[in-house]
Amino acid sequence: MKRMRSKWKKSAMVALAVAGLVGSGVGQALAAEQYMGLPSYRVGAYAAGGSGIFGGWIDYMQMINERDGGVNGVKLVWEECETEYNNARGVECYERFKAKGNTFFSPLSTGITYSVLDRVAQDKIPLVTIGYGRSDAADGRVFPWVFPLVTHYWSQASAMINFIGKEKLGSMDQLKGKKIVLLYHDSAYGKEPHEVLKRLSQKWGFELELIPVAHPGNEQQSQWLQIRQIRPDFVILWGWGVMNPTALSTAKRTGFPIDKIIGVWWAGAEEDVIPAGNASAGYIAAGFNAVGDQHPVIQDIKKYVYAKGKGNLDPKRVGSVYYNRGVVHGIIYVEAVRLAQAHFNKKGQPVTGEEIRWALEHLNFTPERLKQLGAEGFLPVMQTSCMDHEGAGVVKFQQWDGSKWKMISDWIVPDRVLVRQLVEESAAKYAQEKGITPRDCSKEG
Amino acid sequence: MTFFFEVLIAGLLSGMLYALVALGFVLIFKASGVFNFAQGAMVYFAALTFVGVGEKLLLWLGWAPGSFASFLGSLLVTLAAMVVLAILIERFMLRGLVNQPLITLFMATIGLTFFIDGLAQLVWGSNVRGLDIGIADEPVIWLLDSANMLVSKFDLTAAAIAAILVALLSLFFQYTKTGRALRAVADDHQAALSIGVPLERIWVIVWVAAGVVALVAGLIWGARNGVQYALSFTALKALPVLILGGFTSIPGAIVGGLIIGASEKLAEVYLGPYVGGGIDSWFPYIMALAFLLIRPEGLFGEKHIDRV
Repeated sequence: MKRMRSKWKKSAMVALAVAGLVGSGVGQALAAEQYMGLPSYRVGAYAAGGSGIFGGWIDYMQMINERDGGVNGVKLVWEECETEYNNARGVECYERFKAKGNTFFSPLSTGITYSVLDRVAQDKIPLVTIGYGRSDAADGRVFPWVFPLVTHYWSQASAMINFIGKEKLGSMDQLKGKKIVLLYHDSAYGKEPHEVLKRLSQKWGFELELIPVAHPGNEQQSQWLQIRQIRPDFVILWGWGVMNPTALSTAKRTGFPIDKIIGVWWAGAEEDVIPAGNASAGYIAAGFNAVGDQHPVIQDIKKYVYAKGKGNLDPKRVGSVYYNRGVVHGIIYVEAVRLAQAHFNKKGQPVTGEEIRWALEHLNFTPERLKQLGAEGFLPVMQTSCMDHEGAGVVKFQQWDGSKWKMISDWIVPDRVLVRQLVEESAAKYAQEKGITPRDCSKEG
Repeated sequence: MTFFFEVLIAGLLSGMLYALVALGFVLIFKASGVFNFAQGAMVYFAALTFVGVGEKLLLWLGWAPGSFASFLGSLLVTLAAMVVLAILIERFMLRGLVNQPLITLFMATIGLTFFIDGLAQLVWGSNVRGLDIGIADEPVIWLLDSANMLVSKFDLTAAAIAAILVALLSLFFQYTKTGRALRAVADDHQAALSIGVPLERIWVIVWVAAGVVALVAGLIWGARNGVQYALSFTALKALPVLILGGFTSIPGAIVGGLIIGASEKLAEVYLGPYVGGGIDSWFPYIMALAFLLIRPEGLFGEKHIDRV
């Protein structure tokens, strides 16, 4: 009898616990959450970029939860995993997130991108590389699961030459006979623009000199003395981390005009110029997002997140280059979730990696849509497709006036024909090496 | 020919900056026989504390960064922080490792590196900061006008500071009682203890001295490239200098620094183009390794003799 009573007692407790869980809404909450793993880096050599971008991204998702109650009622939830910009740790984070049902992976590292590239198709997790990674992944026929969105390195390199030709020299024909030095980080990242710049130098008749800087780049005296000997008309700075302020201060020391240095978008944040002090004034860099806090989307983040004390970063960083780039990541992710919900008739429900992949291939940020999102001019108008996983390819240029960045150009279009030709050649080579049969985009929905 | 001398002088001046970092290693090795893997982290910690304190002084007292009051305040607080750090290292790390094999002490300094890196970022954040110590980083005009040669005022000043530090430390080691005690400890912990040398105090003194050198190096490198995590990497520049100059010689650090600085710059400019460039990161190591084959104790290192 005693045993019987105990059994009843146990059953009743289990029933109560289950009822409690359901009643408290845990079951419903689980069903109405969209999970994402963020492989961030907030310590180490590249913490400035990592903390700014992942911080901005998180703030945007927080704002969507606070202002809209999530995406069609689905709360956005996320978890961070510190990679320290280290490939092995990045892969570890990828696997940890995968086990939890990750649907979107964006490591903010070309090295980690290459490390997980072959896994994502098998795991059905879209790999999103906004402004970094493999440029040839823009060919969605060969890389269905990889999205170098907004603009990739080859488009950027071409847009830089167009900017120099059209905006700085007056016309592209003026490039003939000019000297351009590419001062690059001696890594896969730094070598990414070589081929496209070589082809452009043949096309327009400018002389191209390639000068590498070994990691980390905190000493560049010999490189800048060589540049002084070459006497180039422009220097393209393809750096990362400490290499950027070191380049600017050494350029100043060797008397090279700072406004003739054009930096890559990973050399165009406040963190790249402030350490170099006065030497940075006049420096120009590329970018694919606006700076400042004037856009409605940033104002909403201030109102719904920071005013409530829920911000992810020091409020002074809101509106900085890296922060706004993080918000661009957030806008794209949330739009993909929204599109996937609509297309697969799953409003109010979380979506899968496969469904998000479809959405990423059907993004359409028209001027009207960007205005609705409070991001008109904040990121370029873009449309993706099965053929084109980049979407925009345009670049803006900004100049440091000694205290803040000022936009000095409209969106500059690259040499699309040349860049696309390179993308397709390289993607076809990759497909051959890996035995991939490219998709027929005419048959894709 | 002007260009050759320009590269050579730039290299020699860079070499003095490398020597400044190498000096911190030499101090600790000379006094304890330990290769302090954490010296780069100490450079980062010192510079970050200096700018972090400067920010707080602005916030609390309204002292503008770059002003004399702010500089002095930050310097004193950072010096105090380096002393506290040295005491904590001796109390919690070294004291328990007396008479342990040197490899154990070396491993402990590897752990210490991660601790100091993490502590610095935890306290002051990982944001990149600028640092102005009032020395203009621009060419000496009369050299530029008369010989078309670029020599930076900043590098000249940094080289002078390094030379003064070396002179002071050499005198300290050679002519003071504490200096002699430091050398005794380096020879044999147990023997030094047995004749009444206070090992704990000696270790604190030497780590404080290394901390001061780290602060000077951190201020100079931080003013050049910004205060950021990459300051830790300056240690990589010091290693070949140590191999070449010898781990126990203070003047050796300077001579090693000059040779490494000059040779890496000349190699980058004149050999680099034939092998794809970017060789200044590994060329000093190759040179140091080659040198090891000829003279394993370095140029000024103490020759190790074993009696059998």
